[in-house]
Amino acid sequence: MAEFKLMKGNEAMAEAAILAGCDAYFGYPITPQSEVLEYLAREMPKHNRIVMQAESEVASINMVYGAAGAGFRTMTSSSSPGISLMQEGISYIAGAELPCLIVNVNRAGPGLGTIQPGQGDYFQSVKGGGHGDYKMIVLAPASVQEMADFVYLGFDLADKYRNPVLLLSDGAIGQMMEKVEFKPYTRPVVDKSTWATTGKPKSRNRNYITSLFIQPERMEVHNLKLEEKFKQIRENEVRFEEINTTDADYLFVAYGLSARICQKAMDIAREKGINIGLLRPITLYPYPYQRLQELASQVKMMLSVELNSGQMVEDVRLGVNGKVPVEFYGRMGGMMPTPEEIVHHLETLIQYHHVN
Amino acid sequence: MSTEQHILPGPVPVLNLPPCHTEEEYEMVYHKPATMVDTTMHYCPGCAHSLVHKLIMEVVEELDIQEKTVGVAPVGCSVFAYDYMDIDMQEAAHGRACAVATGIKRLMPDKYVFTYQGDGDLAAIGIAETLHAINRGENICIVFMNNAVYGMTSGQMAPTTLPGMHTTTSPDGRDVSYYGAPIKVAELMANLPGAFYVTRQAVNSANAVRRTKKALLNAFKYQPLHKGTCLVEIIGNCPSNWKMTPVEASRFIDEEMVKTFPLGDIKIPGAEDMKIY
Repeated sequence: MAEFKLMKGNEAMAEAAILAGCDAYFGYPITPQSEVLEYLAREMPKHNRIVMQAESEVASINMVYGAAGAGFRTMTSSSSPGISLMQEGISYIAGAELPCLIVNVNRAGPGLGTIQPGQGDYFQSVKGGGHGDYKMIVLAPASVQEMADFVYLGFDLADKYRNPVLLLSDGAIGQMMEKVEFKPYTRPVVDKSTWATTGKPKSRNRNYITSLFIQPERMEVHNLKLEEKFKQIRENEVRFEEINTTDADYLFVAYGLSARICQKAMDIAREKGINIGLLRPITLYPYPYQRLQELASQVKMMLSVELNSGQMVEDVRLGVNGKVPVEFYGRMGGMMPTPEEIVHHLETLIQYHHVN
Repeated sequence: MSTEQHILPGPVPVLNLPPCHTEEEYEMVYHKPATMVDTTMHYCPGCAHSLVHKLIMEVVEELDIQEKTVGVAPVGCSVFAYDYMDIDMQEAAHGRACAVATGIKRLMPDKYVFTYQGDGDLAAIGIAETLHAINRGENICIVFMNNAVYGMTSGQMAPTTLPGMHTTTSPDGRDVSYYGAPIKVAELMANLPGAFYVTRQAVNSANAVRRTKKALLNAFKYQPLHKGTCLVEIIGNCPSNWKMTPVEASRFIDEEMVKTFPLGDIKIPGAEDMKIY
C-alpha cells in the first residue's frame, strides 16, 4: 500500500528534490517559500549534497548556472520579487542551454506586494521574463502531491531539452498541508559529457558554456536552434487535465490554486443545472491551445479564473480564436475568490451573452 | 647636421655560407604554452589581457592541471577568454563570475577553479558576489584585471578610475567629491577572513611579468589547501582607452597608477597555514 505523509507543499517539493537526486540547491530566504531553504539546509547535508544560502537571488541563480554548467542536477526556489531578480540569470541559462529547475511560489505584486498567494507572474513565467527570445517549460501544480511529482518531471524535462524548467506554484499551494506520496522514481540516463565543464582531458576538445555569439550570423543560427527546441517542446510536452468536459456547455479554464477553487465552483454550478467543465493547463508553456480550439466547437462560453488582473485569459483567447466568448474573473492582491462568487459571476455572464 | 656623405657600398658579394641550422639544432628556451589555443587574439596592441591569459595558461601547463581546471570568463574585453584558453570554461553574466565559480567549485572541490574579471565586472556590478565569495572563503582564484576603465564599451569611468583621470564619462576628470575615490579592491578584500592570499601586481615590464607569474603560480598552488580565496589583482595596460602608445601606457602605470594602487603582497599565508603544503 502506498505510504502517505502529511506535508506542506514547500517541504514536499524540497523532499522530492532530494529523492530526484538534486546535487545542489542555492537559495535566498523570501516568504512564502523560506521552508524550502530551511528544509534543505537541514536535510541535504545528510545526503552529502550541496545546499547554500546565497547573498541574493542574483547570486543563487548564477550559482545554479555554474553547477548546471558543470553537469550537475541543480535548482533554486524563490517567490515573485526574488524571481524578478533572477530573470537575467534565467535568460543566460536559457541562452547557454543549461538544465535546471526554478521554483516560483507566486505571491501578489507588483513591487513588494504582499506575501499572500497570487498568479500575477503568469506573463513573466510563460512569455519570457528576461531579455531575448527564450522560453521555459512551465509546470503549474495544483496540489501538494503535484508539488512533489513535478519536481521529478521538471528535472527530467530540463535534462531532456537542456532548458530551464519553472515550477510555478503559489503561496497557498506552498504553505498548505496535504497528504503526499513520494512515488518511486528512476532517473533517466543523460550524457552531459559533450558539454559539461568538468576539466578538459587530452582526449577531447574543450567544453565551454556561453550565451555569447557576437557575429549576427552565428547568433541567428543559435536562435533558430533554440526555436526548433521550443517547437519540439510545443509538440511533445503539452499537459493538461480535464474534468466534466464531455457534456459541458461552458468551460472554466484555470491553473494551480484557481483550478482548485473552480473545481468546487463547478460542483455548485452543476447542482444548479449549469453544465460546466474544467480545463486545467498543467504546462503553462507549452500551452494547450489545440485542446481549447477543439473545446471551442463544443462549449458556448469559457471563463478564465485567475488570481491576477487577467493574464492567462489572453492565451485562452489565442486558442479559441474568437469562436466563443472568453471571459475573465479574478481577484488580486492576495485575495481569493470563493466558489460561490465565481458561480455568481458565471451566471451573470451566461445571462449577458444569452448563451443558455 | 653632419655633412659627411654615406656612400653605399657596391653589390653585396655572394658568400658561400654553410646552410642554416635546422630547428632541432637549437635549444628551446621559450615556447607558447600548449594550453593556449593557437589563434589570433582580438586584443588591442599593448593590452595586458593577452599576456595575462598566457601567464595563467603557463601556470596550468606547469602544474599539469589542464584536466582539473575550470575557468570563468566575465563580461568585458576578456569575454572571449574561452577562445584563447584551451581549458573548460564558463562565460558568466556581468559581475556574476564569483557566484558561477562558487557553483562550480562547491560541486567539484578537487578542481582548480578561477575567475578572470575586469574592474567594472568585479568592482562595480559584481562587488557583492565577489565580496561574499571571498567572505565564504571559496577555494577559488580570482584574477582581477584593473585597468581603471571599462574597456569593452570603449573607455568609460570605472570604480577604479584614478582621481582626475579623463574617461568618456568623466570628460573633465574623475571628481572624487561627486563619484568617490577609486576602490582599492585588494586592500578591501584582504580584510575578509576568507581571503587567503591577496596581492597586487602589474605586467608593464619584464620584472613585473615575472612577479605576476609567480603570484599566479602561488594562487593556483594554494587551491588544494582549501584555505580560502586567492585574489591576484593585476594593473593592466589599456593604451587604446588611455589614448596612449603602449610604451606611454607602461610608463603611466609606474608613474601614476601605482600611487593609488601600490604593488606588492597585501595578505600572504602564514607559516602555520602552509604546514600541510
